[in-house]
Amino acid sequence: MASLALDHVTKRYGRETVLDDVSLSVADGEIVSIFGPSGAGKTVLLRLIAGMAEPEEGAILVDGSDVIDVAPEQRSVGMAFQNFALFPHMSAFDNIASPLVARRLGRDGIEDGVQKIARLLKIDHVLGHAPRALSNGQKQRTALARALVAAPKILLLDDPLRNVDAKLRFEMRLELPRLLERFGSTVLYVTQDYREAMALGRRIAVLVHGRIAQFGTPDEIYDRPANVEVAELFGDPGINLFEGHVEAGRSGMVAAVGGMRLPLAPGFERIAGRSVTIGVRPEHVGFAAAGTEGAVAARVAALLPLNDRMVRLLVTEDGRELYTSREAGGAAMEEGARGHVVADPAAIVVFDRETGRRIAPRSAGFASPALQENP
Amino acid sequence: MHHTSTGERILRGVLISLALIFFLFPIFWILLMSFQTNAQILRIPPSIVFTPTLDNYVSLITGELKTASGVLKLAFMQNLLNSLILSVASVALSLVLAVPAAYAFARYKFRFSEDIAFTLLSFKFAPPLLVLLPLTIYFQQIGLANTYVGLIWVYQLITLPLILWIVRGYFEDISPDIEHAYRIAGHSWLRSFLKISVPLAMPGIAAAALLSFIFAWNNFVFALVLASADKQPVTVGALAFVTASGIQYGQIAAAVVISIAPTLALALFAQRYLVEGLSLGAVKG
Repeated sequence: MASLALDHVTKRYGRETVLDDVSLSVADGEIVSIFGPSGAGKTVLLRLIAGMAEPEEGAILVDGSDVIDVAPEQRSVGMAFQNFALFPHMSAFDNIASPLVARRLGRDGIEDGVQKIARLLKIDHVLGHAPRALSNGQKQRTALARALVAAPKILLLDDPLRNVDAKLRFEMRLELPRLLERFGSTVLYVTQDYREAMALGRRIAVLVHGRIAQFGTPDEIYDRPANVEVAELFGDPGINLFEGHVEAGRSGMVAAVGGMRLPLAPGFERIAGRSVTIGVRPEHVGFAAAGTEGAVAARVAALLPLNDRMVRLLVTEDGRELYTSREAGGAAMEEGARGHVVADPAAIVVFDRETGRRIAPRSAGFASPALQENP
Repeated sequence: MHHTSTGERILRGVLISLALIFFLFPIFWILLMSFQTNAQILRIPPSIVFTPTLDNYVSLITGELKTASGVLKLAFMQNLLNSLILSVASVALSLVLAVPAAYAFARYKFRFSEDIAFTLLSFKFAPPLLVLLPLTIYFQQIGLANTYVGLIWVYQLITLPLILWIVRGYFEDISPDIEHAYRIAGHSWLRSFLKISVPLAMPGIAAAALLSFIFAWNNFVFALVLASADKQPVTVGALAFVTASGIQYGQIAAAVVISIAPTLALALFAQRYLVEGLSLGAVKG
């Protein structure tokens, strides 16, 4: 149980900069997801914290003191690897017991500790097996048990659900938050799956090209992404993006995209004329009667059921494609049907075309900190 | 599934039998010879039917060889002991030195690491005769000629590069994450080396130790030049069987049988470690 902070950490391998000036502050007992595409430097970040590699610049602070010169075995860190990294020549029991053995617990203490965590993770019946005799799910749980058993101050989970099947992944996604809360460790959870990042992390650090693109709560990141790149990483189907510019419309500002005029929420008066990229999530595009303000005529090109939702690929009259995602049932818009769609003005995200950064609407009179233009 | 026809199976059986006969017949013949007298061996045509005699073994063990021209002294048992001392000590020393070195070469990329590793290997390319003369002179000057220490030192040329290069490959195959996991669990570097890296590389270490033992055991030229009678291994000692009164084929055969026994025993013992595929299922991928 400790707070963790990365202070301007830079890591290079040869000429390649893998982590570029990363700063991150995690409170005692907080669960933070590290999310990003592959190659973004997520695993390297964990390695630095675990002490398997040293950063070229910056400091890693645990409870306020720099641990860069502390050997990995003395950092009181637990880590579950994406490839499990079980000790192949030891039984599952000995694998899980290894952190307790290192802490020189007596035989009874080790036995108790291992049995307790194994029961919790439902692997107590396979403790005698060698890793190669375990199923993937059991391997993953064994790796997790090994990371948790000594109740480390900081727990690093490197995409632990990557190599398990979909059913188990879903189960673990439900189970893990409760389990982690129970141990009270400060947790960094690395994942490439935005749903996992949102389900598990109280906050998410989005890592792109070795930099932290955004660090915030799941809602903040989903609804107010810092830039186009972050917006595209979240959501399935992905966010609809159009290039256009902002201009004054009949009743407030609109985004002009080709022939379309999409009404914007108030607060964009100051950027009239600016070239922007408009983002709107598929679930915020709805059907409307013809003549509704901002309604765009479109044809349904394809249908894709996605669990309880129906995803439709629409093509507007000037050939732009966009997705809608609505609850199944409801208005029946079958393939080939024509109709009108509107985007919820409050849900439209505006990005500067050149920098890709989000432009926050500015309310008259006050500026809420959360809605400040992102730096 | 891979299907094999009956014809294929028969052909394979025949080929394997031929190979086995080709390789094992000489050993079988030597075994027969070791129980025969010189006269029986030199009989033409040779015969598989004979009355076995233990004379060859007896004379090797007692060290007295009765020939037509009198009784000759044989140092075979001493030679055998020398072979054992030299080979075991050389391999043991090489293991102590080369296994940690192999680990360093496998895990750490330091300045000139490839060059150093290659230089060590290149000792095996050089013909031994090239270094023998200067070596003999130096050894005489520093008092290492005709000592076990000196010979074991020179034997490192044979055993050390072999172990280093074989074991290095095995260390490289171990996922560093497994070692990291052990470190993070709270164990020191040394413990992770001894409890994780070495056990996982054990098939390689066993194979390398066995191979280098065989090379050390079979070495002839270093021992011939650098060792005098009381330090000579069997390979050199066997020359004594070529006597003034003829070549003692029976004793040579018995000596061969005795001297392949330790290697054979070691191979059988090491087999357990050779076949154990320890790394299986460790890391997904």
